[in-house]
Amino acid sequence: MRQQNSIFDNLDWVLVALFLVMVFLGWFNIYAAVYNEEHKSIFDLSENYGKQLVWIGSSVLIALFILLIDGKFYTVSAYPVYGLVVLLLILVLVFGREVAGSKSWFEVGSFRVQPAEFGKFATSLVVAKYLSTLNIKFEDLKTKLITVLFIAAPALLILLQNDTGSALVYGAFLFVMYREGLSGNFLMAGVAIVVVFIVTLLFDPKIMMWITGTIAVLVFFAGKRTWKNALLIAVVAVVFSGMSYSVGYVVDNVLEKHQKTRINVMLGKEDDPKGVGYNVNQSKIAIGSGGFTGKGFLNGTQTKYKFVPEQSTDFIFCTVGEEWGFLGTFVVIVLFLFLLVRIIYVAERQKSTFTRIYGYGVASILFFHFAVNIAMTIGLAPVIGIPLPFFSYGGSSLWAFTILLFVFIKLDAYRMQLLR
Amino acid sequence: MDLRYSDRKLFVGGVIIFTGIIFLIRLFFLQVIDDTSKLSAENNVLRHMTEYPARGLVYDRKGKLLVYNEAYYDLMVIPKQVEKLDTLDFCTTLGITVDDFRQRMEKIKVYSKFKPSVFEKQLSSEFYALLQEKLYRYKGFFTQTRTLRKYPSRVAAHLLGYVGEVDDRMTKDNVYYKSGDYIGVSGIEKHYEEYLRGQKGDKVMMVDVKNVPKGSFKNGEYDKLPVSGLDLISTIDGELQAYAERLMQNKIGSVVAIEPSTGEILILATSPTYDPNLLVGRVRSANYSLLAKDEFKPLFNRALMAQYPPGSTFKLVNNLIAQQEKVVFPQTTYSCRMGYSAGGIHVGCHQHPSPLNLMQSVQHSCNAYYCNVYRNILDSKKSVREGYDVWRKHVLSFGFGKKFDTDLPSELRGLIPSGDYYDKIYGKSHWKSLTVVSLAIGQGELGTTPLQLANLVATLANRGYYYPPHLIKKIGNKKIEDKFTTKNYTTINKEYFQLVIDGMEQVVEAGTAARSKLKGIPYCGKTGTAQNPHGEDHSVFVCFAPKDNPKIALAVFVENSGKGGTYAAPIASLLIEKYLTDSLRRPFVEEFILNANLMPKPAIDKTVIKKETPSD
Repeated sequence: MRQQNSIFDNLDWVLVALFLVMVFLGWFNIYAAVYNEEHKSIFDLSENYGKQLVWIGSSVLIALFILLIDGKFYTVSAYPVYGLVVLLLILVLVFGREVAGSKSWFEVGSFRVQPAEFGKFATSLVVAKYLSTLNIKFEDLKTKLITVLFIAAPALLILLQNDTGSALVYGAFLFVMYREGLSGNFLMAGVAIVVVFIVTLLFDPKIMMWITGTIAVLVFFAGKRTWKNALLIAVVAVVFSGMSYSVGYVVDNVLEKHQKTRINVMLGKEDDPKGVGYNVNQSKIAIGSGGFTGKGFLNGTQTKYKFVPEQSTDFIFCTVGEEWGFLGTFVVIVLFLFLLVRIIYVAERQKSTFTRIYGYGVASILFFHFAVNIAMTIGLAPVIGIPLPFFSYGGSSLWAFTILLFVFIKLDAYRMQLLR
Repeated sequence: MDLRYSDRKLFVGGVIIFTGIIFLIRLFFLQVIDDTSKLSAENNVLRHMTEYPARGLVYDRKGKLLVYNEAYYDLMVIPKQVEKLDTLDFCTTLGITVDDFRQRMEKIKVYSKFKPSVFEKQLSSEFYALLQEKLYRYKGFFTQTRTLRKYPSRVAAHLLGYVGEVDDRMTKDNVYYKSGDYIGVSGIEKHYEEYLRGQKGDKVMMVDVKNVPKGSFKNGEYDKLPVSGLDLISTIDGELQAYAERLMQNKIGSVVAIEPSTGEILILATSPTYDPNLLVGRVRSANYSLLAKDEFKPLFNRALMAQYPPGSTFKLVNNLIAQQEKVVFPQTTYSCRMGYSAGGIHVGCHQHPSPLNLMQSVQHSCNAYYCNVYRNILDSKKSVREGYDVWRKHVLSFGFGKKFDTDLPSELRGLIPSGDYYDKIYGKSHWKSLTVVSLAIGQGELGTTPLQLANLVATLANRGYYYPPHLIKKIGNKKIEDKFTTKNYTTINKEYFQLVIDGMEQVVEAGTAARSKLKGIPYCGKTGTAQNPHGEDHSVFVCFAPKDNPKIALAVFVENSGKGGTYAAPIASLLIEKYLTDSLRRPFVEEFILNANLMPKPAIDKTVIKKETPSD
């Protein structure tokens, strides 16, 4: 048995290294995105890259602090942390400051915090805690409902702040629940709903019905031709068809106009390069113009001259694409895949259910951000304003992702201590 | 440990890897395969800013400025950048109404909110100075320097021509011109456009999303500096041109003067004329339509475009051709009894001694003599047609019936009818020398321009050759076209000219232009009368001076003024005096000419048709 004498013992250095590399690359790209010849000093606190340097420094301190605290603390404090965050999410609705249409910021002096960013961490903790409690079985309907409630509460509060993007992130917990035994059908249904939604918007509901019907018949003849299967397939087909019709209603009556336009632009049904489609269009131009090797550090014209809006936050991937080309985007995507797969690998090696579930929470949230953010910049998804973890400018999000990841790293290191 | 769902990690991992691969494929297409975004990126960020070169200046032969550029200012606006504008203050400064302001801004916004547009054109320097003080208050507005042509001596409008905006057709045909560019529309502005305009510069700037320039692209690697237009040195004598225009005031007609030893045009005046400054800038189109409507056609360049029968001046040509064809000799005499009569045709003549020899025929301009001589030319060959063709070939060698095709704006070719023309009218070999006898005295179907007559006397002064008359002697440091400095020989031998020149001297000494004799300057001239079926005949005088080593050859046309000796010859004599001595010793002649108002009454009595054949 080794003597434990340092907080760095038993750390998963791969995850730590990936974190550092990504934050470092992120900062370089923020510098490039905001760069202008008059303000070259990297410590200029009036510019985003100067501020980000402060955020990175403080994140490293937070990471160290997390590693210092006993791993047990996180299992114990799951409920209080969750309670605190939910309280903050309620308070922000009352006392928050509205930024760009979302009332999701606390402002203290020049310091702004977005509690929604920490909701993801708290929810991961609480879901892990609840599901790892003795005698709680995920198979029970009650357990499932309570889990969904834990997830839905912050999501709804964030939705009330009018921050749809951040609320959608909570959908990522479907992966967590799937891993813990939720029927694959739910995940499938989730994917199917998205597919049907998009396809219906592209085509007419009548065509959609024909397609559904054809697929249903094919599936029936491909599988066992029993009455039971026939009934099941028929029900699914009818539900899908009904959904097709309801989609039109939802789009016309439930969605807000800007959301509708975003969806239409993404689907290519609406061409509006100077309006809502502007972001996506410019983003694609910027990334595409990078070519194979990119234009070189600080030589990106599209991002530097602000053709791409929000280029240091939500559209930071454009700077990568323009200045570093396909090589750059390849590296970033491979880094993310490596990080995500590593987290799942580490989660799976845990003996503690709590740590495993929490790990899946981390992976799911990071994956959702990664997938939606990049899909948005390359025109595969509507513009949903969520940041690219570790890359995008922003203190709250960087802090939140650091906490999310390092608590997991700490829990993983703690696993070894349990073995003593 | 719960291992029931452990294999689900594979599915979750699979979804992650699958997403990553989809992204990579998409990015590979977007970044490596598809080129369109590279183009869009360039369009986004690069702006080609045209830098206009200064248009070349035009000097006269003595270095006096005829055309220069004056700076003026366009007030430009970028609607997107207009902020917190005190509209009322702005409108008061510009002297426009608020409604007008709104209308203009609406129109400009339709064109573009981000690109600069002209709000107000061609502000004067004085107004610019005033505006400059206030401009800081009008965000989004700025001024752009441009230039306008300016004509300090206000002369030679027709030959200098004017500059105007290119039309759509021009921008389609020629890639150099973009809408809004200026181009020489007429005169030497048009003919020398390629030299005068210079080369536009191109500055490649990078702009940000708000169209604000952020610096030059790749340190100006792709920039092209504008090249100023070349200055032209004209052959015109500005002072002499101005004097000619002054003498021609209140008269319709034209004056052309050529330096025989070079073919350089010293004067190219037409009357009525106009101030070239009228066709500049904002006032151009309004003035142009006023000038176009004027009944005396001030826009019509009579010196190059009016085609008159040459009248008696053409006897000089027939004289030389007859000598060349050896149908007449210095001692040949013909008698004249108030005209020439043959085969029922009578060509009248005036009172003069008779009979006359060849030289005297020039001095007294005897119609009968030339009728005889001309018929001899045509009848000396196997057929009249053949004789006519020989005669016509000689005539064309003097530059008649064709364009000189140098740098003259819209000259006309005139008319020396071909043999086919008469064949067509009268039938092949159904016409005789008598049929076309009016050509003997420069009447009939002949059409010559004042320029061609001036060139004729220059040819006489040179004894047998001419340089194509032209307007520009130097383009920057370049020489003019070789064509301009190449001698064009007539088909007449040099030795035949002396007799004609001596005869022309006698015209001035003791002939039809005796009143315009100049003391100490022996010169040679010939009066003429161009028949005018619509009214009083046109007075013509051609001459060169001095007789030996001639410096100037002139043709003066004064419409509706009768015989050549009355007005045309005195005008020519004044110009000769001015050019050769730079002084005027006969103020009474000048006064007489300046006071003469020969503008015809608007309604010309068409019932009065001249039947009498004129001769001087």
